[in-house]
Amino acid sequence: MPGRFGRGLLTTLFGAFVLFLYGPTLTIMVLSFQGPDGGLTFPMNGVSLHWFGRLFEQQAVGDFGASVTRSLILAALVTAATVVISLSAGMAFRRRFTGSALLFYLTISSLILPSILVGLGIGLSFNQAELEPSWWGSALGAQLTWTLPFGLLIMLAVFNRFDHAWEEAARDLGATSWQSFAHVVLPIVAPSVIGIALFGFTLSFDEFARTLLTAGTDNTLPLEILGMTTTVTTPVLYALGSMSTLLSFLVIGLALLGLLRYRARA
Amino acid sequence: MNDVELVAVTKRYGGAVAVDAIDLAIPTASYTCLLGPSGCGKTSTLRMIAGHESVSDGDILLAGRNVTLLPPASRGTAMMFQSYALFPHLSARDNVAFGLRMRGTPKAERLAKADQFLDLVQLGALADRLPAQLSGGQQQRVALARALITGPRVLLLDEPLSALDPFLRAKMREELKRLQRELGISFIHVTHSQEEAMALADLAVVMDHGRIVQAAPPREVFERPTSAFVARFIGGHNVLPRGERAVAVRTDRCRLDAGTEGPRLEGRVRALEYLGSTVRVVVATPDGTEAEALLPDSAFASSTVTLGDAATLAWNAADEHALAA
Repeated sequence: MPGRFGRGLLTTLFGAFVLFLYGPTLTIMVLSFQGPDGGLTFPMNGVSLHWFGRLFEQQAVGDFGASVTRSLILAALVTAATVVISLSAGMAFRRRFTGSALLFYLTISSLILPSILVGLGIGLSFNQAELEPSWWGSALGAQLTWTLPFGLLIMLAVFNRFDHAWEEAARDLGATSWQSFAHVVLPIVAPSVIGIALFGFTLSFDEFARTLLTAGTDNTLPLEILGMTTTVTTPVLYALGSMSTLLSFLVIGLALLGLLRYRARA
Repeated sequence: MNDVELVAVTKRYGGAVAVDAIDLAIPTASYTCLLGPSGCGKTSTLRMIAGHESVSDGDILLAGRNVTLLPPASRGTAMMFQSYALFPHLSARDNVAFGLRMRGTPKAERLAKADQFLDLVQLGALADRLPAQLSGGQQQRVALARALITGPRVLLLDEPLSALDPFLRAKMREELKRLQRELGISFIHVTHSQEEAMALADLAVVMDHGRIVQAAPPREVFERPTSAFVARFIGGHNVLPRGERAVAVRTDRCRLDAGTEGPRLEGRVRALEYLGSTVRVVVATPDGTEAEALLPDSAFASSTVTLGDAATLAWNAADEHALAA
């Protein structure tokens, strides 16, 4: 046990860490309630929902609605693809097959490569192939190079702890391989699969480096925000930040709620 | 007709032979224990009978039908796994009903039958609990009910008692025997405990290095072990050299007695263990041969022997049992 002084020091350090982690987000949230005459910095000039209202009006620069929609659809596509592919790959990697080690390292190496280079490569490839880069095509692929290795790593860890006797017992009791997957494997790994889905969603929703050079002409939300930081000079930017943070929490909250209800049923 | 027949059954993993061409006949409605040290091939044998391990060579017959290539569920066997392998997301009732669910039995019917089997293992009151909310002994009863509900002709048990504490183990042992008798099916039980095998088995099958070294009723194995290995593994025997061969003498037939004629071993007392109703005395000769006597506590109390004393271990020549080389 650390002494009184040590504990005080650790508490202070932890407090500083939490402040560093959430301070900026909190500042932006507070500033998004700036009065109609307020600016981008403190002091607060009154308190209002003015800038949230402005979010839904036509903007001089930037188009929030369309970019949020694009980002949500893209995140949903990435989530679905990540879950299906990671789960299948995790099942496949439980057995060694020819080239399994090579395939594993190839997948993981995508995490080590600088994101911006991956994006650049995919963008260039599309140009070379004379394909139009788009947020639902090249950017979807670019984001998957980011979410799939994570998903696979999580599934590997999950199946590492998975008792093979469960499947043998299912087989012993007359289950076909499909029944064994549906009634035994999937329900047992379900919490991790939901975790991968959440992970995929949040990684995609704020992905920047890999999307920058692959999204084509239409911006996703993070790209739109980047564009606006240079041109927009009102707290509407902060309101956007608060809204998207809220959206992320909403998605996570819904997933946790679903998980709890699933647990209660089982 | 035999419930199970193994004909030259062999299991090879790569170049290593785990089970070496064993033949075995298991009579109808009997309790069989596969017994041996770890790595002797007993678990591989059980898993081949269950269909969870492929057979490299030979045939497995269940009730006269060749099942060597059939999947586990079409054999008429059911297996209880060492770790129990209960499905953690299903209640005890749903675990037990799983086999019927896979067969498409209607829900009301399969749940009613699951309750019936939970009652059979005296767990009816805990049907709604998840496995994590049950003790080890209770989990084992669920696993037992889950295996029995499919109506197997042969129940296969992989070290079913090894995870339980000694008190529960003795209780569960009685229960297994009771169930086997009541249901009138065959149980094949893998264990490394000779005590378990003696208490339960109609047929004790002692295995070593992938071969069956003796298959007989426990009493015969104990009274007439065929080899030095069996005599040592089953316990309660001194294995002593006698010319080219060896003889086995039960330790409870030995006594500390320098006065009478007959076979004897002279040395010093190397260990003394008080075991309650008996006392174990180990005597070592100067050349390193060791033998022990299991004395009734009354016989020990009337002697004055202590650790390090010179002592003579004696027995009757009629109690010597010649062993195969």
